[in-house]
Amino acid sequence: MDNRIHQPNNLVSIRNLTFSRGDKKIFDDISLDFERGKITAIMGPSGTGKTTLLKLIGGQLYPETGSITVDGNNVHQLPRKRLYELRKRIGMLFQSGALLTDMSVYDNVAFPLREHTRLPESMIRSLVLMKLQAVGLRGAKNLSPSQLSGGMARRVALARAIALDPMMILYDEPFTGQDPISMGVLVHLIKSLNAALGLTSIIVSHDVEETSAIADYIYVIADGKVVDHGTPDAIKNSSSAWIQQFMTGAADGPVHFHYPAKDYIDDLLSTGKRY
Amino acid sequence: MIEFLQHLGNGTLTSFGKLGRGSRFLIQILSGLTDTLARPRLLVNQLYSVGVLSFMLISISGLFVGMVLGLQGYYTLSDFGAEETLGVMVAASLVRELGPVVSALLFAGRAGSALTAEIGLMKATEQLSGMEMMAIDPIKRIISPRFLAGCIAMPLLAGLFSAIGIIGGELIGSGMLGVDDGAYWSQMQAKLDFQDDIINGVLKSIAFGFVSSWIALFEGYDAIPTSEGVSRATTRTVVNSAFSILGLDFILTALMFGDN
Repeated sequence: MDNRIHQPNNLVSIRNLTFSRGDKKIFDDISLDFERGKITAIMGPSGTGKTTLLKLIGGQLYPETGSITVDGNNVHQLPRKRLYELRKRIGMLFQSGALLTDMSVYDNVAFPLREHTRLPESMIRSLVLMKLQAVGLRGAKNLSPSQLSGGMARRVALARAIALDPMMILYDEPFTGQDPISMGVLVHLIKSLNAALGLTSIIVSHDVEETSAIADYIYVIADGKVVDHGTPDAIKNSSSAWIQQFMTGAADGPVHFHYPAKDYIDDLLSTGKRY
Repeated sequence: MIEFLQHLGNGTLTSFGKLGRGSRFLIQILSGLTDTLARPRLLVNQLYSVGVLSFMLISISGLFVGMVLGLQGYYTLSDFGAEETLGVMVAASLVRELGPVVSALLFAGRAGSALTAEIGLMKATEQLSGMEMMAIDPIKRIISPRFLAGCIAMPLLAGLFSAIGIIGGELIGSGMLGVDDGAYWSQMQAKLDFQDDIINGVLKSIAFGFVSSWIALFEGYDAIPTSEGVSRATTRTVVNSAFSILGLDFILTALMFGDN
């Protein structure tokens, strides 16, 4: 069966995607496109299923309806072997780094090379050192993951993600919990790697400033829908009150400060039952 | 009443769901074994961590169990003037029952809980997910080698337990209580049957290794990826392994020795 959709400029196309967890609809009939060679960001409040979207793109989760096409392949109709072939061309940077804790930094970066290629150890060494040099951590090659700071772990994970020279990298909250310096380093790395290696990047994030600085295109998702999309400038100048609250980080607005509850006075004065 | 029925139904559904997931997981593990055999290095590493690292625990426990058997056996047998058969009693108890069962229970506590915690934490820290995204099947790369290592290590550890236990029994019997050393060994040699006693004991310990490794790995893989989830999964591994080992021991004993 030919699943190819002929849209050569889009590396990833999501069409009419619906996905639920329990009774909660995480995505409700959304469609997004990710252009080749660009950095596209998916933004939205916590708990909107941004990480879930990356797992759907990587074929780790299955949608209820709709399709996801990556480089002309419908991810969820691929047989397992071809899905794994496709994954070799996709790098993913997990929020925690997901480094293997029983291996050194060097072995972590060498891991996909050793598993998927039959390259001699001398060549693996050169490749690993080159990838580590690209993220500035060649000197840390003998450290174990537990000796790294959060930012360093993410950079090692990035070196591992580019080890097999992928066509695309998926970033899951790359800036969360970083100090200003490592944040700056990561912003710079994502931008420069995308240009230097001719990658396509998808960043899932709620760090407005950093993401807007490097993204070519932004989708804002909330309550299972695409609320807005456009270039970073267009999003910043959006007339929507919700987008303005999200982009400026105001405490109250269309998204209320208080979790829905019964009347405050009634609640305080009620007696009897504990809840 | 309705609430009770709902609760019962819910519990049954959950158990069946888990049994189904566990069986599917076992099939995946077994189909990954060919890759494990092709990469013996992964297996050797795991044999070290589940087998060699349990060595001390098994040896010391075996020694004490053997010594206790020596004492208890002597006091009972000497009432009938049969203390010369102490060697048979100690060896038969160890090789048939205590060796496989006690070492399997210790194995579940030492290696099984460690496996569950390791796999559970790998899941919680997205290492398994990360591997999948690197197009590496975590079942083949991580789970299958650990499973096979458990199945190989268990009979070896049970053998070690029995051997050291027999020496412990001799230390007490002939060293302390004056049973004739020659009688201890020669009676054992004459009465213990290779097929009935030793092979059956080994078969039991292979079955226990299979079951406790499967439970430990499945609980880790199926754990809720939080610290509480992993802690509960580790507890479940020890409890479920103990039940399964003891239940399976009864069934196997009935099958092996029932018609004697």
